[in-house]
Order: sequence, then structure tokens, then C-alpha cells
Amino acid sequence: MRSLRRVLDGVRWYVRELTDESAYDRYVAHVRSGHPDAEVPSRRDFERMRTDRQERDPRQGFRCC
Amino acid sequence: MRTANPRTIVIWTLVALVGATGWTVLALSRGEEVSAAWMVAAALGSYAIAYRFYAKFIAYKVLKVDRTRATPAERLNNGIDFHPTDRRVLLGHHFAAIAGAGPLVGPVLAAQMGYLPGTIWIIVGVIFAGAVQDMVVLFFSTRRDGRSLGQMAREEIGPFGGAAALVATFVIMIILLGVLALVIVNALAQSPWGTFSIAMTIPIALLMGFYLRVLRPGQVAEVSLIGVALLLFALVAGRWVAESSWAGAFTLAPSTLVVWMVAYGFIASILPVWMLLAPRDYLSTFMKVGTIFLLALGVVVALPTLKMDAVTDFASRGDGPVFAGSLFPFVFITIACGALSGFHALISSGTTPKMIQKETQVRMIGYGSMLMESSVAVMALVAASIIDPGLYFAMNAPAGVIGDTVQNASQVVGSWGYQISPEALARAAENVEEASLLSRTGGAPTLAIGVSEIFSEVTGGSLRAFWYHFAIMFEALFILTALDAGTRVGRFMLQDMLGNVYRPFRNVSWKPGLVITSAVVCGLWGYFLWVGVHEPLGGINQLFPIFGISNQLLAAVALAVCTTLLVKSGRLKWAWITGVPLAWDATVTLTASWQKVFSSDPKVGFFKQRQVFQDAIDRGEVLPPAKTMDDMHTVVTNSTVDGVLSAVLALLIVVVIADATRVCVRHVRRPALSTLSEAPYVESKIIAPAGLFPTKEEKEEERGAVASTGA
Repeated sequence: MRSLRRVLDGVRWYVRELTDESAYDRYVAHVRSGHPDAEVPSRRDFERMRTDRQERDPRQGFRCC
Repeated sequence: MRTANPRTIVIWTLVALVGATGWTVLALSRGEEVSAAWMVAAALGSYAIAYRFYAKFIAYKVLKVDRTRATPAERLNNGIDFHPTDRRVLLGHHFAAIAGAGPLVGPVLAAQMGYLPGTIWIIVGVIFAGAVQDMVVLFFSTRRDGRSLGQMAREEIGPFGGAAALVATFVIMIILLGVLALVIVNALAQSPWGTFSIAMTIPIALLMGFYLRVLRPGQVAEVSLIGVALLLFALVAGRWVAESSWAGAFTLAPSTLVVWMVAYGFIASILPVWMLLAPRDYLSTFMKVGTIFLLALGVVVALPTLKMDAVTDFASRGDGPVFAGSLFPFVFITIACGALSGFHALISSGTTPKMIQKETQVRMIGYGSMLMESSVAVMALVAASIIDPGLYFAMNAPAGVIGDTVQNASQVVGSWGYQISPEALARAAENVEEASLLSRTGGAPTLAIGVSEIFSEVTGGSLRAFWYHFAIMFEALFILTALDAGTRVGRFMLQDMLGNVYRPFRNVSWKPGLVITSAVVCGLWGYFLWVGVHEPLGGINQLFPIFGISNQLLAAVALAVCTTLLVKSGRLKWAWITGVPLAWDATVTLTASWQKVFSSDPKVGFFKQRQVFQDAIDRGEVLPPAKTMDDMHTVVTNSTVDGVLSAVLALLIVVVIADATRVCVRHVRRPALSTLSEAPYVESKIIAPAGLFPTKEEKEEERGAVASTGA
């Protein structure tokens, strides 16, 4: 039972990482650790900022033929 | 000197035996049907040996990856694009980014020469050229804060070679988009089922985009599940539509589809990323990874037998209907991405280096991902080789050659030595609920037939039509995404170039500039798409070789940059690691370009072809496969454009290679003149394993680190 739980957690972690769903949590952790006084954007603003970045430089996240 | 333990020796001997047996059976069987299992054995055995020995040798002896050196992800961590990413996650990211339509389409077309030449090049090519390129580019870009290939070319070779590389990349991008769009037009033309389900991907993506932007930002996994469910529903609904009175509305002629595609490309590329591109990308990545996984499973479970000859007569005669030219150099040009792909250098520099945790992981990410891509190419070759060769040639020969009735096609294909009855051809189309399978060139429909064959061996024949359209949908999905994303990248390059002439263009958010450059890029690839669809000699037949040549030429640029960097960073002794693949690649591609420009065989040489048709026009004759004088003029214009393009591309690459050689020679003579723009050494604080599975020492190191921080 416990090992099944561990496998499921592992899968969930992998999917979240691979789809970049965890990007926000990672960013918040990054800001908190490096700049404790800085304001953390909301998830909505953060996701907008990410797509805007891709808009400005489409080579980010480009895929191949 | 380290001594290997007996268990390791036994294991690697066994792996070598498996690979060797696979190769032996493939090489020695003639005239009898061979199981695809041998191809899988040869591939996996060879990959394992190459990864364990050659890749390790390059990583530790040549590149001297340094596990104590911090990567850009660690030094410049900004929590967004620079961040140390778990190696297993990054492997997934990198593989999803490099795998696309190329490795699926190229091997299918190359099957014209039989399965053996293709298999050999896919496996040998990836081991010594493709995977090496990906890994070395990744390594050098990591040492340069994730600089792009173009930037590295400019900084390390010089402004002249750098500019040539930039222009070449742009031209290559345009051709790539034109040919990919052509593949999809050929797959969707006159197919209401396919057209409907692909059209539905647009509203599905818009819905997903809205969900992610407004309803639940960032919940990618759940929205992708919703999207995939809707997508499968659209696929099933496609059959109902095809059988209903709406079928007419979705039965489109190729020229109508061209207009739709270009309009789609233009509108999609000027819409915000979140609306269409981002959600489409999630969908196509899910579908891509899922289907590749299913296909691998299907091949291993079904282990089908190969029906194609090991080597066909077209290999030596060079008059094949799918693409003209003999085995050398055209099999290497056609397979392209599965063995060596210049485009991967664009991913290995830029995106991935900003996320890699440890230098030691370049072997797993760069070399490992490319081995996976190559195995996808092997599966595509299996899929093309298990279908009846008669059907294969009827599907892949241009309409001008085999006519448009099953009787005629059966006769022509029979004259090449592949017997298939008109009834069998008609039945094959009926089985997948298509009106006709004749001249469905471009590789995607053939692959879909192969995939449906493999899958229905597992699930039963009643799902055959579903699997066929599933495979078409999966390819169309990511090709359409590539059109959008590629147009944006092409536009970005164009904005950059035009910015030198008229400043406002450089501001990428300047709306008029954005619309103009988007329109120019779409117009350019749209031109090639239009030409391809209306080409009397067959669009794929004429354009695919230029696509292959351009991709391989981009690889030559990447390998030239790698070789220059090896020389300049004091690794002259090891310059052959990328130098030999570069020499081979340049020989193959420049020979192909040379033949495409100067060959006196009108099937191969564009200018000879132009001359033959122009002479006929002057005499007032219409030469088959052209049917009218207009067709004749089309052929003349197209061969001129194609010929000039092949020549220009080849010249650009010769410039890059010559400039790189100059820099290398100068460095050998007077090393003091060279500068190397490597980021300075910073000690790494991250502890992470190099390979997929941590070694005993790595586990201990990790435990030690945890203990010391805990104390």
C-alpha cells in the first residue's frame, strides 16, 4: 500500500514537472529564498508573464520538425 | 587502470551478441520474410553499446565534463527559464522538443530503397553523427550560458560565417514549413473524416486556452486531459460526419486546403500565444509522447514481419517514383531527422542548456534523447516496411506516374515488379474508410496505414479505420502546431534582420512590423506549399530532397561550430569526433546539391529538367506527366526556383565551412589570436547523478550531503 502510494506520488510529481504545472511553485520558492522582501506575483499574473515572455521571444520552447 | 568486474563483462557481451544477431539476420536474409524483431534487436543492442562506451568516452575524455562546475541553470537561476531541472524531467522535455514529424516521414519515404539501407543509416548515423552533434552542441552551449547556435557561430567563427548561418537557418525554416504543410495537405485532401477532426482541434485549443488563462491558470495536466478527451471524441465524430450529409463540406480539394493552411498559419501566428499556440502545444505533446509510446509497445507486442525487400532495384538505378536519385546520397538526405538533424542543434543550444543541472548530464540528455528519436525513426521504417510493397508504391508514387485509377496503378506498380491487384488497392482504401489511397504522398498516410496495421494486430481489425485516422490526426496536430511556432520563429529572425535596415522592426511587439513579417513568412512557405500541390511531377518528389538537404546542411553548420570549438578549446586531438561526421555530412549533402543542380538526368537535376521542358515548350509539345501547356510552364518555373534554391543553400554552407576552417587553421598556427567566449568557472553546490540511475558513489555522495546539512 505504501509503495503504491509512493509510485503514485512519483507519477504525479513527474507529470507536474513535465507539463510545467509546478513552474509557479518553483518561482515562488525561488523568490522567497533569494529575495525575502520581494512581492510574489499571483499565480494568474505569473502565468501571464510566462506566456508574454514566450510571445516576445518565440525561440523559447520551440519544437522541432 | 580500473578493472571491470566479471558481471559487467558478461552483461555487455550479451548485449553485443543481441545486437550482432539482429544485424546478421537483417543482412543475410534475402527473399524470405524477416521479423521486425531483428530490426529492434539490432537497434537496441547498438544503442546500448554506443551509449555505454562511445558517448561515455566523448563526455569524459573529449569534452571532459566537470561535475564540480556550476551550469547556467545553477548560476543564473531566475526560477523561470534558467532553473536546475531534474534530469529525468529534462530528458522528457528535450525529447518532446526534438521529436516531430521528420523522423516519422523521412524513413517512410526512404523505404523506397528497401529497409536495409535505411536501418543501417538510422542506427550508424545516430551513433556517430546525430547524437554526437546533439550532445556536443548541448555541452558547448551550456558552457556559454545557453547561447544559441547562431550566436555561437557569430562569436566563435566570425560575423561573416555567422551571417551566412543566420540566412541559411531562415531559408531552411521556410522550406521546412512548406514541406510539412504539404505532408498534411496530402493526408487531408478528399478526406472528410481527417479534415473534420483536425478542424475541431482549433475550437478545442481555444477552449483550453481560455480555461488556462481565465478559469484555472497553470493547471496544465487537467486541461490537457480534457483536451485529449475532446480530441478523441472529435476523432470518433469524424466518422459520423464523413457518413453524414455534411461530408461534402469537409471534402476539400488540395488547393482549397492550401488556402486554409496559409490563412491558419497567418492568423494563429499573430494571435497571442496563450490563445492557440500554448494549448495546442500541450495537446500535441501529449498525443506525440503517447502515440510514440503506443507504437513502440505495438511493434514489440505484434512483432510484424517485413514485407518490403531488403534492398530494392531503385537503390542502384536511381529512378524510384517516391524520390529520384540513387542510394548515395539520397537515402541519407531523405532520412534526415532520424539519424542526424540540424534542427536539434537549435534545441540543444538555447532552451535545454538553461535547465541542465550538471554538466555530466549532457550524455544522458543530449545523446540519450537522440537515441530515443532514432528509435522512433526505426519504428517508422518498420511501419512502412510491413505493408504490402505494392500498396506502398501505389501510395507514394505521384499521380502523374501511376494515373488515378486502381487498374492503372496496379499495372504500373506491377511493371516495377510489385504485384497488387486493383481489388486489393480498392479494399485497402475501403478498410480505412478513405475514397482512395493512390498517390497519398508525403509519408504520413503510409505511416498511418502501417500504424493501423500494427495496432489492429493487437486490438482487432474492426478498429483499423479508427487507428488510421488516429495516426493522421496525431501527425497533423503537431505539424499544424509547428506551422504556428515556426512562423513565429521565422518572423523573429526576419524582424531581427529587417531591424538593421529600419529600426522599428527590431521592436518585436511593434504591431505593423509583426503583421508584415508574419505575412511575409506565411507567404514564403505558402508559396512552396502552393507549388508543391500544383507540381505535375509530384510535390513531395520535387521538394522533399530540398527539405532533406537543407536540414542536413544545418547539421553541417552545427558540426562546423562544434569542430571549431573543439579546436579552439585545445581539443585538436579530438576534433575528428565531430570533424569526421562533418566531412561525411558535407560530402553527402553537397553531392546531393550538386546532383540536384547539375545532373544531366532530368529526373534528378533541376536545370536539366527545366531545359527538357523548356525545349518541349519551344517545340509546342506537352511532355508527360504534364497534361497541358500550363503544366509545362509550371514545371519550368518550379525547377528554376528549386534549382536556384539548392545552389544558394549549398553556397551558404560552403561559406560557413570555409570560414570555420579558416578560424581553425589560424588557431593552430597562432593560438594567441583566438578568443574563446566561455563563461568562467564557478563551483557547483548541487549534487545530482549523471545518468538515469545513480551509481553507488553518487548515492553515497548524496547521503553525505544530506547528513552534513542536517548536522
